[in-house]
Amino acid sequence: MNYFTGSDDYVLSPSLRDNVNVSIALGRPLIVKGEPGTGKTLLAHSIAKGLNKRLIIWNIKSNMKAREGLYVYDTVQRLNHARFGDGDVSDIKRYIKLGKLGEAFASPEQVVLLIDEIDKAELEFPNDLLNELDEMSFYIPETGETIKAKHRPIVIITSNSEKELPDPFLRRCVFHYIEFPEPELMAEIVKVHFPHIEKTLLREALKRFYWIREFDMLRKKPSTSELIDWLQALIVGGIPPKEVEKQIPFVGVLLKKKEDIDLVEKSGKTHYAFNSSGRTRDVY
Amino acid sequence: MFIDFFFRLKAYGVPVSIHEWITLHKALALNLNNCSLTSFYHIAKAILVKHEIHFDRYDLAFLDTFEDVETTDEMLEEILNGLKKVKELHLTEEEKRQMQELNLDQILRNFEEQLREGHYRDHVGGNKAIGTGGRSTQGAWGYNPAGIRIGQGVSRHRRAVQIAERRTFRNYDSAVTLDTRQMKVALSHLRSLLPIGPGDRLNLEETIDATCRNAGEIEFVWENKEKKASKVMLLMDVGGSMTPYAELVSRLFSAASSQIHKFKYFYFHNCVYQDIWIDIERNQSRSTMDILKSEDDDYKVIFIGDAEMAPSELTWVNGAIDYWYHNDTPGIVWLKRFREKFKNSIWLNPLPKRSWDYIQTIRMIRGIFPMFELTLDGLDEGVQYLISGKSALARA
Repeated sequence: MNYFTGSDDYVLSPSLRDNVNVSIALGRPLIVKGEPGTGKTLLAHSIAKGLNKRLIIWNIKSNMKAREGLYVYDTVQRLNHARFGDGDVSDIKRYIKLGKLGEAFASPEQVVLLIDEIDKAELEFPNDLLNELDEMSFYIPETGETIKAKHRPIVIITSNSEKELPDPFLRRCVFHYIEFPEPELMAEIVKVHFPHIEKTLLREALKRFYWIREFDMLRKKPSTSELIDWLQALIVGGIPPKEVEKQIPFVGVLLKKKEDIDLVEKSGKTHYAFNSSGRTRDVY
Repeated sequence: MFIDFFFRLKAYGVPVSIHEWITLHKALALNLNNCSLTSFYHIAKAILVKHEIHFDRYDLAFLDTFEDVETTDEMLEEILNGLKKVKELHLTEEEKRQMQELNLDQILRNFEEQLREGHYRDHVGGNKAIGTGGRSTQGAWGYNPAGIRIGQGVSRHRRAVQIAERRTFRNYDSAVTLDTRQMKVALSHLRSLLPIGPGDRLNLEETIDATCRNAGEIEFVWENKEKKASKVMLLMDVGGSMTPYAELVSRLFSAASSQIHKFKYFYFHNCVYQDIWIDIERNQSRSTMDILKSEDDDYKVIFIGDAEMAPSELTWVNGAIDYWYHNDTPGIVWLKRFREKFKNSIWLNPLPKRSWDYIQTIRMIRGIFPMFELTLDGLDEGVQYLISGKSALARA
């Protein structure tokens, strides 16, 4: 049986590890949710690496239909071929192209399938996949073929909760919410990316980072990936840790909205940011 | 007790289905939880709970059901607390041989006895009891080849009940907070299907038709994709008693403007009269009558305000709170006009629902608009209400 214990470039919490193994053992898709930048997509990469399996990535776009993941029947090409007489048009199979899901089913060995950002698509999208993910098979009416998975792929689905997923879909999945890491875990994560980082710099940077995240009023809280970028900038810029203590160099890497930057900068002096909106004029 | 857990979850408002409950039993049958309550806590959460806003309720139900359960994790933890690391013991060859003669049964019996007597606390050295650095058959960092080693590793798990007790997810509970992202999700339901955007879908029938007309020369016909779009009008109360909620409202505003295709917003103070402001400082205004006449009536209108004011502000001519402002039509008439024109309209109130019955003007406004709380639950409910068309029906 497959038992996932993590890989050396991904810091795994015990509960996430348990849930991954449960989803593998039960053959159910694992839905991973969490704040942006908490490593949802990387999890699938890590599972593929840890279990030594091929990874198939299906990136979902807003205009995608569920059927595209199964197969595409290229009518236009067939029409073109018929028109100009090149190729054997009578063989429909030549114009059936398997999508990512179809590819995962048809693969001779077990694969890891990552369905990335499923919430980008329309609301009906997950519902259209219900049966296919349950049975791990689908039927192509054009050729009368049924594609059935030889080994149930390990399915990881990520969601940014831009849209809610439908209940019947959720019922069939195992759900994990990646919490934002605590400072200790964060230090571990950073060390995976920068093994030789200076201790004082890391400490000061983390202190700053969690201080910024404390602000309730932020439009967009900085996430792990922004912290990593910021540390990279600090290291490349050769900023001494003392500087980080005094101010926030390269604040644009952490905060992406003008209002947020203003808020943090103002709050350096007063407690303004915590209790005022500055928007209303008359107070009766 | 187990089935109790299921019903407790239901009682706490976690939507669990039989389907998921059976899946959990499958997982337990495979012993995926490794007989540990902590793992069980995580696994059951992953299988039964599908939204982070229910995590807190899950924690509460878990606490209720399993609070008094003693598990092996727990016992171990207690023993570990009694053990502190001391220097390793160096023994002569003869002593080592002596100890090897003990068999496992004896050791286990002895271990249980010691545990019952609670000898493990503050015990360092020694030959018999659980402790550290001794020659006893139990304990850590000691020396006995046949002994039971307890807790030389560092415990990585916390007890499940402790985790549940921490209730880290309290803030995710849908009745509490509203951040921009959550609002976006709620508001995105407002979008309904309208064909918009460039044509990027091949219309097969039309293409064949056009190709035939074109004497076999292929002619593609593309058509519009359906995209979600909606028309929403937001009217916000600013100033006065709404000041504490200004930040909340502005978040809703920023969520709405990014989420909705046709989005109009206006401001008012306490109640709507013949002018309505188009900026938050209330300098620029537009005639309310003009809005009522010229805007399409399929706008979904959302009022946001605490609806708390002097009754005169609603019912009197010249009742407006601004002293210099003269209104010859009472505010409540304007509100009714809005309701007449825009069939799909609701009122969101940041005040908690339980207080609504005590405030006269809230009762009056609730008579005109369906009112919802300005929390994630309330927003969701309100949006559902709008798109289901109930709002238009309730008017009669």
